[in-house]
Amino acid sequence: MRDGRERWRRRLDTLLSGDRPGGVLLDGLLLAVLVGLALTPFLFPGTRSVAVAARICIFVVLAASYDVMLGYTGIVSFAHTMFFGIGAYGVAIALTRLGVGWAAVLLGTGAGVALAVVLAAAIGLLSLRVRAIFFSMITLAVASLAQLLATQLRDITGGEDGLTFSVPQVLTPGFRLIEGTVLGVRVDGRLVTYYLIFAVSLALFLLMLRIVNSPFGRVLQAIRENAFRAEALGYRTVVYRTLAGALSAAMAALAGALMALLLRYNGPAATLSFDVMVDILLMVVIGGMGTLYGPVVGAVVLVMAEYYLQPAMVTIAGALVGWPLLPALFDPDRWLLWLGLLFVLIVYFFPSGIVGKLRELRSG
Amino acid sequence: MNIAPALRLRTGDLAPALVLPLLALAALPTMSFSTWLTFTIAGIAMGMMLFLMASGLTLIFGLMDVLNFAHGAFVTLGAYVAVSVMAGLAGWSAADSWSLNLAALLVALAAAIVASGAAGLIFERLIIRRVYGAHLRQILVTVGGLIVAEQLMVALWGANPLPLPKPASFRGSIVLGDVSIEKYRVIALVLGLAVYVALHLVLNRTRIGLLVRAGVENREMVEALGYRIRRLFIGVFVAGTALAGMGGVMWGLYQELVTRAIGADMTVLVFIILIIGGLGSVGGCFVGALLVGLLTNYVGFLAPKLALASNILLMAAILLWRPRGLFPVAKE
Repeated sequence: MRDGRERWRRRLDTLLSGDRPGGVLLDGLLLAVLVGLALTPFLFPGTRSVAVAARICIFVVLAASYDVMLGYTGIVSFAHTMFFGIGAYGVAIALTRLGVGWAAVLLGTGAGVALAVVLAAAIGLLSLRVRAIFFSMITLAVASLAQLLATQLRDITGGEDGLTFSVPQVLTPGFRLIEGTVLGVRVDGRLVTYYLIFAVSLALFLLMLRIVNSPFGRVLQAIRENAFRAEALGYRTVVYRTLAGALSAAMAALAGALMALLLRYNGPAATLSFDVMVDILLMVVIGGMGTLYGPVVGAVVLVMAEYYLQPAMVTIAGALVGWPLLPALFDPDRWLLWLGLLFVLIVYFFPSGIVGKLRELRSG
Repeated sequence: MNIAPALRLRTGDLAPALVLPLLALAALPTMSFSTWLTFTIAGIAMGMMLFLMASGLTLIFGLMDVLNFAHGAFVTLGAYVAVSVMAGLAGWSAADSWSLNLAALLVALAAAIVASGAAGLIFERLIIRRVYGAHLRQILVTVGGLIVAEQLMVALWGANPLPLPKPASFRGSIVLGDVSIEKYRVIALVLGLAVYVALHLVLNRTRIGLLVRAGVENREMVEALGYRIRRLFIGVFVAGTALAGMGGVMWGLYQELVTRAIGADMTVLVFIILIIGGLGSVGGCFVGALLVGLLTNYVGFLAPKLALASNILLMAAILLWRPRGLFPVAKE
């Protein structure tokens, strides 16, 4: 009996690369998220809830890959949406140009990831030689260039309107994997799409967990804590930081490819806009930087809030009609205002985010 | 290392100073002389407007090692204040009189300086004060501040782009032979030069300027001599944001349209300028602003879609050649 439990524990450790969430509360929360996401189509049937869950999965990968840079390596990038968009455009362009099929999906994803890695490496090698702050400034410039190019190169990207395309037949809503229903749920293309996204996201997340807990990940953390000292110990900080950036870019591009498959559409607003970048920043900071479980919590909280809490602002704004300025502040379009305030407060008072707080509760 | 005046370019190292004339000369064979002259003057004028926005940021960074990602919000604020002022003074602005037009512009500039400066003071007290010395949190917190500031401005002025017409007598161009010069660019040029000269005089001829320059070179030493560099820094921060507000007025009037993204768009160019010139160097910032202004105008004529790309390529080329920018500050 004891042996059995020990074996399970070891298996779990292998799966999580020895990096357990820590604390009953956090374990329970993450388990609930995992089970909830795994069973969404059955627990909460409906197109809307499945769409929300798929979005959460993709943003978990996107935010976690951002945390590899922000939380583990200590560099701030503003080009993460650019890599996200490159992956999405890779799939979108391949499916538009090469015809519908898995070959096109794989080719588009591969091309997107390759371009993202090359770009990230170039930016890193160019800007990280002097000081990490150049990296932030240059990624901001390059990201706005990418946004401009995506809207201007109409022939390739579809410009402002973006690209609408067909996905392989298995993923289309009309497709039936089996006749009839399982537990009252139709096994159609939507379900297949969801589980494809869920499985790939989970695999990518575990892979990132593996990477940040490897010796390579420890070097990144050492650089974050004291770059000068890490350099003195013989680690080429530029190379390590650039590698972290390239890795993070590749993951973002993969998340972008999943997003394109989910939406069957890609355009500048869907994947490239600065709003998405702000979302990612908020997810990582609210959830907790420096641990991959933070972005998971952050992605869940933020995507759910966007779908379910934002409409509540309409009610508040409605109740405040007649007051000066207040209705304008609670207008649903001012959503970002409140998120921004929350963001600043969290950076000041809870720099370790929700996950950090929960871990503190356990130890103290 | 001798103490180089912040504004004077260090002599003895001529190569970086040659970049600017070389760029201008390189563009000459691609177009006729009169076109070239038109775009050169236009580029210098644009560079002056960019310098207004960038100079404050570089001083703030040089003095306190603070990189304010929300700098663009003060540009936007200046532009929106100009919209309100110009709407209030529509009579002056539309009148067919040089002096009334100029008065309207000056009132708008003054209002923007006060508004952006005051907002800068609040921003420093509320947001930046707590994160000195921590780059990562600085970037995060100023980005958060940028989001909040932008949204507040949208709540105040609305989400739609607002028109900001130029005063009547600043429209149109002066034509000298084949060369046409927009009148408004001349005004921007004069104002930019005036600010440059004023900054130069304050930094090099006054006691406060001496302290600022010394602070950029070595903060601890200035503090050890008994000066409160924090207080000095607040002054520089407020002055920097006020300059950004001025830049916002000038740029908003130039575009004749103010959107909430006006500051964020300029932030990209401003960062390119700071990296090209060398973070913390005002002289470098001046040269960088002129370089970006000229390149944007030349490329805007030759291949309009590549304007931003050409600036990023210029920055990459300069970083490959001089990783710290053209005129790095002496410290470190």
